[in-house]
Amino acid sequence: MTAAELIEKHGFHPIVLPDPERETEGCYIGDLLSWVMGKACAGNVWITIMSNVNTVAVASLSDVSLVLLAEGVTLEQSVAETALARGVNVASTDLPAFEAATAIAGDL
Amino acid sequence: MSEFLNFHYDVDGDNFVSAGQASVQVKKNLRQLGLPTEVIRRVSIAMYEGEINMVIHANGGTADVDVYEDRIVIRLADKGPGIKDVALAMQEGFSTANENVRSLGFGAGMGLPNMKRYTDDMQIDTVVDVGTTITMTIRLA
Ligand SMILES: Nc1ncnc2c1ncn2[C@@H]1O[C@H](COP(=O)(O)OP(=O)(O)OP(=O)(O)O)[C@@H](O)[C@H]1O
Ligand SMILES: [Mg+2]
Repeated sequence: MTAAELIEKHGFHPIVLPDPERETEGCYIGDLLSWVMGKACAGNVWITIMSNVNTVAVASLSDVSLVLLAEGVTLEQSVAETALARGVNVASTDLPAFEAATAIAGDL
Repeated sequence: MSEFLNFHYDVDGDNFVSAGQASVQVKKNLRQLGLPTEVIRRVSIAMYEGEINMVIHANGGTADVDVYEDRIVIRLADKGPGIKDVALAMQEGFSTANENVRSLGFGAGMGLPNMKRYTDDMQIDTVVDVGTTITMTIRLA
């Protein structure tokens, strides 16, 4: 399923979607950036509550398909612009990480 | 020695909020060279970890990436405090990062282990109170 389809299906709030057709595959949950860089796989949906500019850098370098901000966490405008410029898809949801993950589990 | 391309960056030690510029630029350059995605991913993550370390632990430094026909060499050099116990620093979970840095998502003590994991060779040359140079090599199949 593509990032755009996943967001649409689950009613997540799209923040920036520079690469809507990107295929999502598997999921990684975590807020410690070096753990994410060590363990997340290319194409994963990354669920996190960490939403600073380093999140965008890590998402780009790790080549995840979508950053899903849980617990209603938002992204500052300037960080959203960086994500857009770097081709990083970002969406948010009010769901906690566990609920968000179980919701999308069947689609990945 | 065969022809190679060199990318050189000065890594600013003041701004750890927006650190990682050099790694992002390297990722772009390697893409333009048409290297495999997985190689680009390994190089740019290893370099990012090293770049962030120079910013948060060593007040900045320089980064050089040499692209040869058969390998990529990343060299990160700083004039920071050096690493007292390299074996300890290499352990997963060891970190001296402060609260401020941790609140940004760093400080898990996973950076050096990631650099080792994603590269084929890693050398750490460090002298306390003088600085640290880390050289990483990724072989191209
Ligand atoms: N360039 C450096 N100069 C001085 N000390 C360093 C340098 N790089 C790493 N260190 C020391 O080694 C420790 C471990 O580094 P490592 O990158 O594994 O973890 P971290 O930077 O603390 O956290 P993380 O990388 O998970 O965000 C650091 O906390 C620091 O004490
Ligand atoms: Mg580190």
